Amino acid sequence: MSTVTFRIFRFDPERDATGRYQDYQLALEPGITLLNCLNKIKWEQDATLTFRMSCGSAICGSCAMRVNGHSLLACKTQASPLVKDGVIQIDPLGNANIIRDLAVDLEPFWASIRKVKPWLMPDSADNPEKERLQTPEQYLKIDNSTTCIMCAACWSDCNALEVNKKFVGPAALAKAQRFIHDTRDAKRVERLEEISEANGVWNCTHCGECSTRCPTEAKPLGRIEEIREAAMAAGVHDNNGARHVLGFRETVGKRGLLDENYVPVRSVGFFNIPALLDLLPVGIRMFIRRKNPPVIPHSIEKVEEVRKIFSRFEELRKE
Amino acid sequence: MKYALYTGCVAKGAGRELLAGTYAACSRLGIDLVEMTDAACCGAGVISEDNHFVADALNARTYSLAEQMGLPIMNICTTCQGVHRKCQINLANNPAHMAEVNKVLKEETGREYKGTVKIRHFYEVLLEEYGLEKLKSKIVKPLTGMKVAAFYGCYAMRPHEYSDLANPDDPDELEKIITALGATPVRYDERLKCCGFPILMMNKSDSLQLSANALTGAKKAGADLMVTPCPLCHLNMDAYQPEIEGRMDEKLRMPVLHIPQLVALALGATPAEIRLQTHIVRPKKELV
Repeated sequence: MSTVTFRIFRFDPERDATGRYQDYQLALEPGITLLNCLNKIKWEQDATLTFRMSCGSAICGSCAMRVNGHSLLACKTQASPLVKDGVIQIDPLGNANIIRDLAVDLEPFWASIRKVKPWLMPDSADNPEKERLQTPEQYLKIDNSTTCIMCAACWSDCNALEVNKKFVGPAALAKAQRFIHDTRDAKRVERLEEISEANGVWNCTHCGECSTRCPTEAKPLGRIEEIREAAMAAGVHDNNGARHVLGFRETVGKRGLLDENYVPVRSVGFFNIPALLDLLPVGIRMFIRRKNPPVIPHSIEKVEEVRKIFSRFEELRKE
Repeated sequence: MKYALYTGCVAKGAGRELLAGTYAACSRLGIDLVEMTDAACCGAGVISEDNHFVADALNARTYSLAEQMGLPIMNICTTCQGVHRKCQINLANNPAHMAEVNKVLKEETGREYKGTVKIRHFYEVLLEEYGLEKLKSKIVKPLTGMKVAAFYGCYAMRPHEYSDLANPDDPDELEKIITALGATPVRYDERLKCCGFPILMMNKSDSLQLSANALTGAKKAGADLMVTPCPLCHLNMDAYQPEIEGRMDEKLRMPVLHIPQLVALALGATPAEIRLQTHIVRPKKELV
């Protein structure tokens, strides 16, 4: 058994002004999980070490933490592959205030979940005598998002949240998808309109951290893409994100290539004078340096093939 | 070596210096490029948010063009590369979806994607197929003394299942190329973060703050310049750098080069040949 250094973030608000790291040495048993390592350290070396855990079987989500800079579930992860130069560095979840050591305040996370109304809102008028049923095919659309265990690993590593604490965040968006795509819910369009507002689904940077850190099949980025596709199909277009997509659809569908002059204007709105004026400095700057996109946009060769593909789906959209 | 060059939209628009850098580097390396002038936009992860089937059909059409040419595709944008790999993997893993896409493709364009095309980004071609030792043998102007901070761009790394990087949580592919060119790679925490470009039109403040964090991180780590395989990251960090500086107390003055430009410099290309003069933030003359 090799001995490894566990470099663990420590912070006790009653004793420490700022956080610090404390090293513990532990011999790794073959196949031992990270959570069991932490338990051994707590039981055998330092009872003051604080971290959250409960089920130990990747169901409760409470033992999420950052290891070597990325979030994971301690109970689900073997320790050996995490060793880098003899060290495993463990930090509390990111994008959260630290209560003590590896325990963080998750109230903002739960507030974001509550924001998307995570409960079924069926049509009260239909008053069924039996429970509302779904076919297996209908359930498949929400199968992935129902696997979310609310561990907040995605929240911790979300790049958009790092610069905007008001962003609703990936877990809440995955939860929103679960109800938007539930055939028993009657508030689909209202949900799509609410989630399309500022700091909602269009504020995601598409960086993919959430899906990469997600320990289940919830994979929030995929669910975010599904919400956006649903919003576009439902005609929820009165926001910059949806207009941006429309600009893509229009220019790529017409020329095969993106028109980089048109799309920004389309995104902010043709008559949004302050936003258009805000685009001017970068436009002038790029024009002076001859870095501007061509004033007359190019088309690809054989563009008619691309137009036919788009037309086919436009017809389907109308049906 | 011969590749079907997929330029994407930016290298034909707001990032023409990327195309210049690619041709300058590849001509010196002896890599033949046949530009795919009839390939459409990859969708940049945006078209799929309108209709994922359209995006897959567009990309399958592009792959069929390369198959017809009998050449692997070389991308010069990691967003294109990430979107292409995701689409290609999803088609390969879902034969029913592939059949449906091909049905539309055949009916509308007479084409068919057979699932055989290889897709690689320029930097992957250098590493995996050209080889760093051969690259080193072609260097005429080693970038000795230049401290270069790599910025990977999200689509190169995440989600992991679509990444071609050996260790997408801690990649070193770009650092290997920087070292081979004679420069010194600079590591910094933000090198694997998002530049913010995808939300530029939705939330400019957040978008520029993400770029500000990356630029500041690279500067604090002592970088002379940054290099990226993604022209969208370049646009946010270069074209908007004056706005970013306006939000801060300090001047950043951090040039952000495309990876083919950096390679071309070491191979003897002049700054004018790779259109360095079009950058909003130009590298200091003594550097290049």
